[in-house]
Amino acid sequence: MTAVAQAPTPVRRAHTGKVTQGRVIKSEWIKFRTLRSSRWSLIAGVGAMIAIALLFSLAMKSHYPHMSQARQKEVDPVADPMRGVFLGQLAVGVLGVMMITGEYTTGMIRASLSAAPKRLPVLWAKALVFTVVAWTIMTATAFVCFFLAQSIFSSIHIDKSISDPGVLRAVFGEGLYLTVVGLLGVALGAIIRSTAGAIAALFGILLVLPVLGEVLNLTSWGDHVNPYLPSNAGQQVMALTTTSPDMKPWPGFFLFVGYAVVAMAAAAILLKRRDA
Amino acid sequence: MIEARSLTKRYGDKTAVSDLSFTVRPGIVTGFLGPNGAGKSTTMRMILGLDRPSSGAVTVNGKAYAEHAAPLHEVGALLEAKAIHTGRSAYNHLLALAATTGIERSRVDEVIDLVGLRDVAKKRAGGFSLGMGQRLGIASALLGDPDTLILDEPVNGLDPEGILWIRNLLKALAAEGRTVFVSSHLMSEMALTAEHLIVIGQGKLIADTSVAEFISRASTGSVKVRTPDAAKLRELLAGPDVTVSSSVEGTLQVEGLTSDRIGTVAAENRITLFELAPHEASLEEAFMELTGDAVEYRAPAQKTSAGADAGASAAADSAADVEVNA
Repeated sequence: MTAVAQAPTPVRRAHTGKVTQGRVIKSEWIKFRTLRSSRWSLIAGVGAMIAIALLFSLAMKSHYPHMSQARQKEVDPVADPMRGVFLGQLAVGVLGVMMITGEYTTGMIRASLSAAPKRLPVLWAKALVFTVVAWTIMTATAFVCFFLAQSIFSSIHIDKSISDPGVLRAVFGEGLYLTVVGLLGVALGAIIRSTAGAIAALFGILLVLPVLGEVLNLTSWGDHVNPYLPSNAGQQVMALTTTSPDMKPWPGFFLFVGYAVVAMAAAAILLKRRDA
Repeated sequence: MIEARSLTKRYGDKTAVSDLSFTVRPGIVTGFLGPNGAGKSTTMRMILGLDRPSSGAVTVNGKAYAEHAAPLHEVGALLEAKAIHTGRSAYNHLLALAATTGIERSRVDEVIDLVGLRDVAKKRAGGFSLGMGQRLGIASALLGDPDTLILDEPVNGLDPEGILWIRNLLKALAAEGRTVFVSSHLMSEMALTAEHLIVIGQGKLIADTSVAEFISRASTGSVKVRTPDAAKLRELLAGPDVTVSSSVEGTLQVEGLTSDRIGTVAAENRITLFELAPHEASLEEAFMELTGDAVEYRAPAQKTSAGADAGASAAADSAADVEVNA
């Protein structure tokens, strides 16, 4: 072994820049706003929700006078224009998943985790940035849809006021439901790490489980299982009339939040443990 | 300063890195050499806390990487080109990384100019060539002005000008007193850039030595002799430290004697020589032999002539002659 040349004095610099949760949040915000794909998923979600609200209310406006009285009674002026939520959840769900899997598929995650090697601050920051953006935009969209629809319904006198019982909660609940759908996507993205896998899991849980649940309705099991399925429970908060006698709006929503929290906890444990 | 102690990484029943111990010192460029799949990248990922060692430990500047309050100021890393979201511009990528430790915007501009990406800084990184991706990776490594640099195959995909640039950059960074740890599977590149070498093969340490020593060890060359009197010459050359082998009729491969000596012996005995060609084992050959079979290296007794034939054409073995592109 040869003698190694005497090393020069190591470089000395003022090392003031510590990694803090606040700085990681700022970093994640920069990441979020500098991707065209995040903007486009949100625009697609908002566009689809408003378009469906308009479509339903305009169709209702022209057909309502020709409906039988029985049919007219079935019209729900709050829930019907809200059906765009099913498209909205596709957009926010994909956006939530992509917040994480976009980094795994490109290799960016290794840059992110070397910059913040404690790892969990990255997950919290992503969840927070997503929550603030998705909640703000989806709640605003829910209100826009509601007021657009009611202004159209006013000409046929079936419009509801935001101050009518349960209406504010339902409209507000739409934004909340969509936000938690996206957070579930963030968590599943971190657990599964592949875009296709996480999206399949998310919509399997939200859309396929309730269909399987309907099979259970043929047995005595249905009532014990169906109200507790994630999307069934979560959607109670935006229903004016509860569809399930066993699940009230807020307990249903908080159960849904509970599922997301469990998924997020699993994501945190795996992120901390697994090799990046 | 990077210190690895008995670093081991297993994936299932496959051992990627096995009981690896080494120290990378500041002030010089240390080359991390091994064929593809030797465990270089895995080792580097463990240094950065991205992969968890199965056993053993590694510290950077005295602490595990994740324990540093300001990791980007301690260690700058290029782990793979294009560890970048393809939809984001180079500038925004660096800006997001800089934000994690409060590095100012001006530093982002500085490193972009330093690596020569000014013209494409606002373009989406997905459209970058491998070489541009490497430059961006180097820019992110330099962002925090770190004491230690860890670069995995930084010359991959760079053109000759880029290779020269990175070579000089690494030397300059080391001269400033930083620890520079660079991996490569190209011996010739390392011979020009590094002062010290850590060589691994199949996840095991097979050499931890200065480049100068490695070269001198590798230069125990052989001499190719072609003669119609091969059997007679062979007898005459025999000696305690001399190995003579023959794979082709009429051709000898002699180790342990200079061509001058062989020529003299032949002349004294009136043996006709058709060819007398000294052949110094090239660095690449020595490296391949080292890494090809880690066990063989531990007992480097006999060289087979078959191995020497492969690189016989590269007789003059200035490493600069060996082109770096794979």
